[in-house]
Amino acid sequence: MPLTDALRDDILAAVPSLRAFAISLSGNGDRADDLVQETLLRALANIDSFQPGSNLPAWLFTILRNLFRSDYRKRRREVEDAEGNYAKTLKTQPSQGAHLEFEEFRAALDKLPQDQREALILVGASGFSYEDAATICGCAVGTIKSRVNRARSKLAALLYVDGAEDFGPDETVRAVIGGNG
Amino acid sequence: MKDAKSQAKNAPPGRQGGLNAEIQARIGHQLRAMYDDVVRQGVPDRFAELIRKLDGQTAAHQISDEGESGPSGDGGSNNQENGRD
Repeated sequence: MPLTDALRDDILAAVPSLRAFAISLSGNGDRADDLVQETLLRALANIDSFQPGSNLPAWLFTILRNLFRSDYRKRRREVEDAEGNYAKTLKTQPSQGAHLEFEEFRAALDKLPQDQREALILVGASGFSYEDAATICGCAVGTIKSRVNRARSKLAALLYVDGAEDFGPDETVRAVIGGNG
Repeated sequence: MKDAKSQAKNAPPGRQGGLNAEIQARIGHQLRAMYDDVVRQGVPDRFAELIRKLDGQTAAHQISDEGESGPSGDGGSNNQENGRD
């Protein structure tokens, strides 16, 4: 469909979540913004192939996800300081305890296989349905479900079993758990 | 049974084999906190500008190159199309 004002506004409205997705995937703020930029360029260049009435965020996420994967294959992991870079993109500086916890979480997330990480982010953070996430990743719904489950178990194991001793102040952990429950 | 339940509650997280609900709630919370922190940053100026600029170009392009076939980039839209219907 042609680029109408409404469509342009919708694309713009999707930018914050595209950035969050890109940063969650790549762990690197600068690279994430490059990915988002490339995504927007592709989206606008291919806007005619967007089906009116279909899910625009899912379409944009698909583009970003595919760009990330081809880019990832090209340069592998040259960016090893991902965590440090990510922390810089945070607007609010978390308190020290929370920051430590955040770094732990980020590091654990980076240890997941890419398939699992993207599935978990799409479903658990972006709020896509399993169906939309499957569309974005080009796989079956059941595959997404099992990837999300495996991602969750692996994170739990990394953060709360293997890493239990070096996980940091127990009070923080308990406070958060208590606060949630 | 009541005892077993309260024991399970006091057991170290993750030691019960299955996924501990508290841990999963916590992982979900951390994931969203990480994500939402970026979402809350809104649209950086560079992207708003980019779209404004491209918008103008696209309009001009469509008028001047009406007859040409569409852009050839793979754009990642394949999955989307295959997934529908």
